[in-house]
Amino acid sequence: MTGTAVDLIWLAPALALAGFVLNGTLALWRPNAKVAVTVIGVGVLVGAFAVAGAVVSAFAGLHAEAPVVQQYWSWMPVGTLQVDVALQVDQLSAVMVLVVTGVGSLIHLFSVGYMKADAGYARYFAYLNLFIFFMLVLVLGANFPLMFVGWEGVGLCSYLLIGFWFNEKVNADAGKKAFIVNRIGDFGFLVAMFIIFWATGSLDFREVFSRAPTLLATGGGAVTAITLFLFLGCTGKSAQIPLYTWLPDAMQGPTPVSALIHAATMVTAGVYLVARCNILFALAPISGAVVAGVGALTALFAATIALKQWDIKRVLAYSTISQLGYMFVGVGTGAMAAGVFHLVTHAFFKALLFLGSGSVIYAMHHAYHATHSHEDAQDMRNMGGLRRHMPWTAALMWIATLAIAGVPPLSGFFSKDEILAAAFTRGTVQPAWYAFWGLGLAAALLTAFYMTRLMIYTFHGPSRTGADAEAHLHEAPWIMTAPLVVLGLLSIAGGMLNVPELWSGHAWLHHWLEPVTAAGAALLPEAHVSTGMEWTLVAIAVAVAVTGIVGAWRLLKPEALAPARSAPAERGLAKVLRNKWYVDELYDFFVVQPLLWLSREVLWKYVDQRAVDGAGVNGAARGARALGWLGSRLQTGQVGVYVTVFVVGVLLILWRVAP
Amino acid sequence: MTLTFFWIFGVVAMAAGLLCITRRSPVGSALWLVVTLFALAAMYVLLDAQFIAVLQVLVYAGAIMVLFLFVIMLLNLGRPGPTDLKGPVGLGIGALLAGTLLLQLRVLGHAAPPAAIQLPEGTMAAMQQQGMVASVAGPLFDAYLIPFEITSLLLLAAIVGAVVLAKRKL
Amino acid sequence: MLLEPALVISAVLFTLGVAGVLLRRNAIVIFMCVELMLNAVNLTFVALAQRLGVGGQVFVFFVMAVAAAEAAVGLAIILAVYRHKQTVNLQNINILKG
Repeated sequence: MTGTAVDLIWLAPALALAGFVLNGTLALWRPNAKVAVTVIGVGVLVGAFAVAGAVVSAFAGLHAEAPVVQQYWSWMPVGTLQVDVALQVDQLSAVMVLVVTGVGSLIHLFSVGYMKADAGYARYFAYLNLFIFFMLVLVLGANFPLMFVGWEGVGLCSYLLIGFWFNEKVNADAGKKAFIVNRIGDFGFLVAMFIIFWATGSLDFREVFSRAPTLLATGGGAVTAITLFLFLGCTGKSAQIPLYTWLPDAMQGPTPVSALIHAATMVTAGVYLVARCNILFALAPISGAVVAGVGALTALFAATIALKQWDIKRVLAYSTISQLGYMFVGVGTGAMAAGVFHLVTHAFFKALLFLGSGSVIYAMHHAYHATHSHEDAQDMRNMGGLRRHMPWTAALMWIATLAIAGVPPLSGFFSKDEILAAAFTRGTVQPAWYAFWGLGLAAALLTAFYMTRLMIYTFHGPSRTGADAEAHLHEAPWIMTAPLVVLGLLSIAGGMLNVPELWSGHAWLHHWLEPVTAAGAALLPEAHVSTGMEWTLVAIAVAVAVTGIVGAWRLLKPEALAPARSAPAERGLAKVLRNKWYVDELYDFFVVQPLLWLSREVLWKYVDQRAVDGAGVNGAARGARALGWLGSRLQTGQVGVYVTVFVVGVLLILWRVAP
Repeated sequence: MTLTFFWIFGVVAMAAGLLCITRRSPVGSALWLVVTLFALAAMYVLLDAQFIAVLQVLVYAGAIMVLFLFVIMLLNLGRPGPTDLKGPVGLGIGALLAGTLLLQLRVLGHAAPPAAIQLPEGTMAAMQQQGMVASVAGPLFDAYLIPFEITSLLLLAAIVGAVVLAKRKL
Repeated sequence: MLLEPALVISAVLFTLGVAGVLLRRNAIVIFMCVELMLNAVNLTFVALAQRLGVGGQVFVFFVMAVAAAEAAVGLAIILAVYRHKQTVNLQNINILKG
């Protein structure tokens, strides 16, 4: 107990949980009480944000080097293992809790307008509150099992919210896919936990990280295994290769869900995990390279797919996967602050992009509803020229686009540049990192290109919506646009969080996170680049961003686009990109179908029906009956049989008794 | 000499026993059993149990076997009928079990009370003086009086039981 | 001196009795084999009485008395059964069960 506001940290998740319980009850008994649900749902989030703010400022006032851990009760005392329900407030979790509650509040506010007409309004806010609760447990947990509870819990809420409109099979399937693919990652997390306990004798963060440098050999098998299995969990939760396939499908859920869960918070849990375990990753250089490599590859891979997607949310989904790749390049290189910085700025501009697209989809839906059209409201080929009807949304989304492309002085520029610079700097001592830097740069070019493409096709050029529907298009209600404004301001100014010394800044976030990251950073190889080289890298990054934007502006011709209904099919490379490099089909062929075959032919027909049912259950019955029949043979009523048994008994006695 | 005669009567007893259990007609079995009983009585005499030998002839061969023959005749089972030996399976099991029993009883061939245990001195002389009947009857009314009385009760019960069971109508 | 032969003969007679009980189906014949067994045991008692005292012979006395009683009652039972089932073949008499 510190005697300050830091002790109130439990209140943040508690408020979210209370919101879930109340809204859940309302969902069951009074689903039409929308005002009550709104007040509770948004209120607990704003309250949690206020608590978070108070806690973080109190914590900052403490100038503590070590984390503040509040233990609430002993959860699993088993032999030498002691796992408690304990929340940890330190510099890293402070950043995360502010992002989660802050961006979460804005998205809750947006949802009030977006989901206003939905029958499941109360259920939606109940699930959303539950998600915030689990996410807070994830980032505030002081040990691995508690974090895992949050990890699994957000997976559950993701499933519930992706399949929110479960009456349509495609939505339910998407929810299932997300959950099942995440399970594979969770298996990695679990195995990593087992190895951590086996190697260090504890699962508490403070204890594991303080014992790690002495108990785990640098580059040894144990720590490499731990970190690689942890990263497997990250590839699942944070949608990297090979477990990213669930995220584009997750776009079936409501758009604010996509913004909150699949852009700003849940998918960043993997980055948080790596940042939290920075010591372990610093002790395992191979894993660091794997993390950065997979991140860089995913960044480019997803960017290529985004080039040819027509659904506005799919473009943003692949963009999220790509940006998450950047974050992993950052944390894989050991530049934890850079990765977390990009996490924060990405939360701002990606949430803005998603919510903006939500406004667009909202408008398109209303337009099509009014004209009784059945066109796809999310297909960019049905949009065009929307800035004339939605100027605010368009302007704000342009801000986000410039931010994500990395145009200075917006936030995205600083965070992305810092990651690329870190990669390049490491390349001077470990040349493999030059490749990662190159992949990142290529991805940056494509990012700028496809985001500009999205803006051009949606907001500029001629309208393809159809004249009668176009008349119904208008700006979203203020309750939806206001959060966009806040996010826009944050996207512009967010860079101030960590302006590097190169720009005469104070690198504030970097220094803030030092108590958490210093131990790991000390184990990384020393590398420097000259200031001149740094400026060159900045110039290259900016040039790439501008090239992408200008190139898209020049090369793409929105006038040549046809509405979705009459659009021609793609061919060649475009077709491959449109079909996501056929990865889903490959997985289905190589993984899903064999598993289904195995389950049906072997496990069901053979193991379950023949072995368990036949030999086991029925066999036991048959055996019992046979034994019973045998027993009945002793009671035939025939004296001869009785006498025979009698004689046998006598013989047995004689055998035992006689010398 | 004694041993020779003992063995002769022993062989007669065993052969008669074997014939007894294998005859088809119950009367034949009964008669061969009588032969066995006589041979046994002779063996008793050779074993210095003359009283018991006489009792064997009088009671066993003379009363019990006669009773058997009465019942056989009463039930008209005298004539040899189809063999009532059991089928091959029963035959096999029976032979197996009997063989095992014989093997186990082999031990009797070597068993004997230790040489240290002998009759007390002068017992034989006392027996010769009293006569065999008195030496058996003496303990009967002395040490074994209770079993003697209970046996008489048993015989009473047997009589009543036999009468009741064999009545046509109670 | 006569003890060993007596015991051997007794064992053989006893086994013959057991074999008869196991192999025959006629109730009266089985009964006779039981009597054969009893007599074998009597022979053992008498043989041992030579060495261990007259108690053996007294026991034989009792055995005979009980055998007589048993024969009477047993044959009465067989008579009663015959009246109901018209047979003394033990394979057909099988209601002593359940």
